[in-house]
Amino acid sequence: MIVEIGHFALILATCVAFLQAVLPLAGTMLDRPRWQALAKPTALLQFALIILAYAVLTHGAVTDDFSIKYIAGHSNSLLPMEYKVSAVWGGHEGSLLLWVLMLSGWTVAVALFSKTLPLAMVARVIGVLGWVSVGFLSFTVITSSPFERLIPAPADGRDLNPLLQDPGLIIHPPMLYMGYVGFSVAFAFAIAALLSGRMDAAWARWSRPWTIVAWMFMTVGIALGSWWAYYELGWGGWWFWDPVENASLLPWLFGTALIHALMVTDKRGGFKAWSILLAIGAFSLSLLGTFLVRSGVLTSVHSFASDPKRGVFILIFLALVVGISLTLFAWRAPKATLGGKMGLVSRESMLLANSVLLVVATAAVLLGTVYPLIVDALNLGKLSVGAPYFNAVFVPLMVPVVFLMVPGGVAHWREARWAELAHAMRWPALAAVLVGLGVLFFSARGTWLTAMGMALATWVVAGLLHQIVNRMQKPGRIPPSFWGMHLAHLGIAVVVVGITLVKGYEVERDVRMGVGDTVQIENYSFELMDVSEVNGPNYKALRGEVRVNKDEKLLEVLYPEKRRYFSSNMPMTEAAIDSGFFRDLYVSLGEPIEGERPQWSVRVYYKPFVSWLWYGSILMVLGGLLAVSDRRYRKSPAAVAA
Amino acid sequence: MKKFLIPLGLFLVLVGFLAVGLTRNPQEIPSPLVGKSAPAFALPTLDRSAPPFGPQDMRGQIWMLNVWATWCVACREEHPLLVAFSKANQLPIVGLSYKEIQSQDMPSGSKMSPEDKLQRARERSAQWLQRYGNPYAATVFDLDGRVGIDYGVYGVPETYVIDQKGVIRYKRVGVITQELLDAQILPLVKKLNAL
Amino acid sequence: MITNFLGIKRLMQGVLFLLAAAAVATAQSKEAEPSAKEPLIEQRLIHISEELRCLVCQNESLASSRAELANDLREEVRLLIRQDKSDAAIKAYLVERYGDFVLYRPEVKPLTWLLWFGPFALLLCGVVGMALYVRQRQAVQKLAKPLSEKERDQVRVLLKNGESP
Repeated sequence: MIVEIGHFALILATCVAFLQAVLPLAGTMLDRPRWQALAKPTALLQFALIILAYAVLTHGAVTDDFSIKYIAGHSNSLLPMEYKVSAVWGGHEGSLLLWVLMLSGWTVAVALFSKTLPLAMVARVIGVLGWVSVGFLSFTVITSSPFERLIPAPADGRDLNPLLQDPGLIIHPPMLYMGYVGFSVAFAFAIAALLSGRMDAAWARWSRPWTIVAWMFMTVGIALGSWWAYYELGWGGWWFWDPVENASLLPWLFGTALIHALMVTDKRGGFKAWSILLAIGAFSLSLLGTFLVRSGVLTSVHSFASDPKRGVFILIFLALVVGISLTLFAWRAPKATLGGKMGLVSRESMLLANSVLLVVATAAVLLGTVYPLIVDALNLGKLSVGAPYFNAVFVPLMVPVVFLMVPGGVAHWREARWAELAHAMRWPALAAVLVGLGVLFFSARGTWLTAMGMALATWVVAGLLHQIVNRMQKPGRIPPSFWGMHLAHLGIAVVVVGITLVKGYEVERDVRMGVGDTVQIENYSFELMDVSEVNGPNYKALRGEVRVNKDEKLLEVLYPEKRRYFSSNMPMTEAAIDSGFFRDLYVSLGEPIEGERPQWSVRVYYKPFVSWLWYGSILMVLGGLLAVSDRRYRKSPAAVAA
Repeated sequence: MKKFLIPLGLFLVLVGFLAVGLTRNPQEIPSPLVGKSAPAFALPTLDRSAPPFGPQDMRGQIWMLNVWATWCVACREEHPLLVAFSKANQLPIVGLSYKEIQSQDMPSGSKMSPEDKLQRARERSAQWLQRYGNPYAATVFDLDGRVGIDYGVYGVPETYVIDQKGVIRYKRVGVITQELLDAQILPLVKKLNAL
Repeated sequence: MITNFLGIKRLMQGVLFLLAAAAVATAQSKEAEPSAKEPLIEQRLIHISEELRCLVCQNESLASSRAELANDLREEVRLLIRQDKSDAAIKAYLVERYGDFVLYRPEVKPLTWLLWFGPFALLLCGVVGMALYVRQRQAVQKLAKPLSEKERDQVRVLLKNGESP
C-alpha cells in the first residue's frame, strides 16, 4: 500500500512539474505576474512529492520489502543497513529517482535564494527547470519506475553488487548527480537570458555562484570515483578513460570553461553569447552522459543494465532539450552586443584561450569516446579507442591550460603588455626551469615528462605565491574570491604533482608468496605472515597478513582480502593500503598457486604521492567554496535590469 | 548569422550517430577472417586410430566449422538445429571442441598430461554427443585454444562457413538460429555452389 | 650486545649465535619470486598488453584482465615475444585474427585521421577564431566615439531613474 503511495506521488510530481514548466513561462510571455508567481509554490510542491516517493523507496529498502522489484534486484536481507539505504540508488531506476530528487532540490534552492532577482527572471529559470523535470520524471514513471511490484515476492533479494558495497558508493553517485544536475541551473539561467533577450552581465552574475557550486560537487564526485576505483578494484589504477568516466569529465571540463567565461561576462560584459553557449553545453554534456551510461551504446565496466527502449527515450529527450536550446541560441544570440575593449594580450584574451583549450579538450575526449560508435554506424567496422589515445591527446591540450593560470592571474583586464607580464612572471619561470632541470639531472628515473610535470606545477605554485605576496603588499581588503581562485589553482598544481610523481616513480611487484616470503621495495619490506579464512556478514574471504617494515622496523600490518560474496559468487579483491602523505603502500591478494608449498599470487605497489590526487581535489573544492562565499553574491546589485 | 547555427548542426550530426548506435551491439566483433583462407591445423579427432584432421582435408567441399564444448550451455541450445541440419545433409559440419578440459577439471596441486587431457576430452565429448546427437562429420580437439586464437574465437559457440577453396565466407558468434540458417547460411551455400 | 666487558669466549658465542640466527632467518624469509617466470619477457608483455583490449571483458586491457581468454592471449603474446617478434608484428598478428577492435591505440590510417588529427585541427580553428574575434573587438572599439556632453547628460538621467525592463 505504501509502495503505491510512492508511485502515485511520483506521478503527481510529474503533473506538478508540468504546471511548473508551463505556467510561469507563459506568465512571462503573456505578462501575467500571477502566473509567474506560481514558480516557487509549484517547485516546492514538486519537491515535497518527490521526497515522499524517495522516502517510500528507502523505507522499502530498509524493511526488506522484496515485493518491490527494484529492492529485490538490488538489496538483500543480509546487507548491512548502510548499504540497504544506499542500494536505493545502486541501480538504474533508483538512481533516476535520486536524480529527480536532486533536480527538484536545486530548483527549490533557486526559488529560495532568488529574493534579489526580478520575478520574471525567476519565473523563466524555474520554468525551464520545470521542463527538464518533466522530461526526467516522465522517463522515470513511464520506463523506469522503481515502484514496480514483484508478485509473488521472493524470499530474499539478489543483493547489491559487491563492488558497490563500500563507503565510497554511499557518497560518489549523490555527489556526481549533484554536479550533473547542478549545471541545469546555469543552463536555465542561460535559456532565461535568451528568452528575455537580455543577455548582459546580469545573468552571468546571478549564475556564477550556482555554477561554481555545481562544479564543486562535480569535482568531488569525480575525485571520489577515482579514489574508489583506486582502492576497490585491486590494481591501483585511478583513471581508465572508461566511457562512463569520460561522461563525467566532459561536463566538468565545460563547467570549468564556463566558470572562467562567466567572469568576463560578469565583469566586462564580454563573451555574452559564448557564456550562454557554454552553459547550454555543460548541461547538454550532463544529459549526453546520462544517455551514454544508460542506453548501452558503449561498452563500459560501469554501465547500468541497458535497455534500448530507455535509450530511445533519453535520446529523444536529449535531442529536444538541446536542439531547442541551440535553436533558440542561433536565433537570439546574434543580438548580443560585444563587450568592451579587449587587447590581444589581456586577462580577457587569456580567459578566452582557456575556453578554447578546454572546449577542444572536451571535444577530444568526446570524439574518442564516441568514435567506435561512429565507425560502427557508418558500417566501417569495429575499433577501440582506449587510454593510449586519450593520454596522447588530452595531456598536451591541458598543459597550456594549466600554464595559463599564472599569466591569467597576473594580466590586467582590457590591456596588458608582454614586457610587463614577462617581468612579473620571471621568478616563477626561473623556479620552474630549475625544478625541471633538477628532476632531469638528479633523479635516476627522471624522464622529460616527469620534469615537465614538476616544472609546470612549480610554475603554478610559484606564480600564485608571487601574486599573493604582491597583493598583500597593496592596501585594501582582499576578497574571498581572490583566495578562492588561488586555492583552486593550487589544488590543480597538487593534482599535477600527484599524477606526475606517481606515474614517474611508482613500483609494482607481481610475485608469488608463501608464508615467510618477503618483497623489498625502496626501504620497505613486505612479509607474508599468514593466510587464513575469515567470514564476513555476507561473504567468505581469504585474508592475508602482511607485515610491513620500514628500514627494518615494524611500520604496519596489512590485511588484504579476496572475498567471495554468497549472493553472486563474484571474487572481489579488497586491497590493503597504508596511505601516507608522501606515498601509498598497496597490497593486493590474488589466487592460490599450485605448487609444493602453499603460495599465493600477490601484488605489491609503492605509489609515491598518489594521495596528492585527492588532496588536490579537496583544495579545488575549498577554493570553489571560498569563491562562492564572496559577499557580493549576496548583496543586491543596485538598479538591476530584469 | 550563420555561424550561430554551427553548434546546432554539430549536435544534430551527433544525435544522428547516437540514434544509429542504438541499433548496434557494441559487443559484437565482426571477423577480419571473412574472405581469407581458413588457417591450417592438424588436430586429433574423436577416433583414436584416425590421423590428425585439418581444413585441408575438406578441400573441394563447402563445409561448416562449429566451435563448441560440453561445458558450453548455449551450445546445447543450438545443437538440435545442427543435428537436424546435418541429417538433411546440406553440408558437412566439423566440430571443433574448444578447451574442453578446464582448470576446474584439474584438482589443484597436480597436473594432467596432454595425453590424459585428450583422453578425458574424447570420453566426455563422446558421451555428450551420444546423449544429444552427433551432427559432426568429424570432431577435432583444440585443447589449449591455440587454433581458436588463429580463428579469432572469443566465445563459444561460434560457427564458420568455409568454401571449396578453403576460404572463410561467413562467421557467426553465438548460437545458430533457424532464421540465420534460412536467411543467411543457406542462401550463401547456394551461391557458393553455383560458382 | 657485545661490548668490551665480555671475554673472547662470550664473543665467540655471540658470533655463533648471530650466524645461526641469520641462517635460520634467511632460510625462512625468502625473497619472493616474481609471478612471472621470465621477467624480461614479462616486461615486454605488460608494455604490449596494456595497449590491447580484453575481448570478453566490458572494458579492460589485456594486461589487467583475469579472464580465461585473456590468459590465453597473454600466453600467446609471450610465445611471440620469445620468437623475437617486434611489438608491431605482435599487434598485427592479433589484429589479423580479431580485427582493429583488439587495439586500444587505434592505428593511424585514413579511417582514424579524424580521430587523431581532429582535436589539433579544432585547436587551430580555435586559435584562428580567437584571433579574428580579438581583431573584431578592436575594430569595434575604434569605431566607438566618446560620448558628447548631451549624451552624457542623458546617461546620467537614465542611471538615476533606473532603467525599465
